[in-house]
Amino acid sequence: MKARVLIRPKVGILDPQGVAVEQALPALGFSGVTDVRVGRMVELEIDDASQLEALCEKLLANTLIEDYEVELLGVEGVA
Amino acid sequence: MRFGVVRFPGTCDDFDAQEAAARVGDAELLWHGDKDLRGVDAVIVPGGFSYGDYLRVGAIARFAPVMEEVVEFARAGGPVLGICNGFQVLCEAGLLPGALLPNTGRRFLFRQVDLVVERGDTMFTSQSGGTGTTLSIPVKHTSGRFYAPETDLDAMEAGGQVLLRYAPGQNPNGSLRDIAGVTNEAGNVFGLMPHPEHAVDPLTGSTDGLTIFASMAAGVGAHV
Repeated sequence: MKARVLIRPKVGILDPQGVAVEQALPALGFSGVTDVRVGRMVELEIDDASQLEALCEKLLANTLIEDYEVELLGVEGVA
Repeated sequence: MRFGVVRFPGTCDDFDAQEAAARVGDAELLWHGDKDLRGVDAVIVPGGFSYGDYLRVGAIARFAPVMEEVVEFARAGGPVLGICNGFQVLCEAGLLPGALLPNTGRRFLFRQVDLVVERGDTMFTSQSGGTGTTLSIPVKHTSGRFYAPETDLDAMEAGGQVLLRYAPGQNPNGSLRDIAGVTNEAGNVFGLMPHPEHAVDPLTGSTDGLTIFASMAAGVGAHV
């Protein structure tokens, strides 16, 4: 099945990428945008979804500095 | 005394680390795909961009076959030095506390910095000149901001695990508590962001980095 893992810097940890994006926006004419945080998204196909948590803990996220959440997108070929 | 310098795809400071270690002992390269440390007395995980820094710095290198051996070697008390990307790899491998985050200034840094030796009585700093000595060693990194939760930082400080701090006013990357280098609880695994292997010859302005390698050599000599 298809799964999507969203990984983001933990709340309270400075995210320089987010700051850079936030500071670029006013120059492009976008105002009123705050708290920009940049994370990662990993999409994958997996046979056994029960492995997802261990896979995230061991590799996809470093839980000391990042939070993650998993979205299951259903079985390939099935609505 | 024989040093082994681990080489991953994307490592770029392996030769400098080997050259630095060779000034105080013998030094050879260890290939990431070999589950074999060839009986070396100390392991150096050098700087670079292992596995292209994909996913997170150091995240993929920790799964290299050679790292299984490095972890076993470290757990058995063997001396392991991680420099820059090597520090990041050792944190990811769980051999060192904390993590390295992107620099607060969002820029790649390349400059000489002063480091204060917080403890001059360890196997990595015994030849540094002692506690309170200042070492001039370059940094060059994008993700060097040492981070750990406050309670972990307190435990590291209480346990004497902080060996090097950036000198006052010289913290280049936003590292918490100005930490430049830490050990594990046992004290046999040491990681630092600055590059001691780039400060071993008067030609490049400082030989202070050599003291780290000399300390390791002296430590291993003392234990044999």
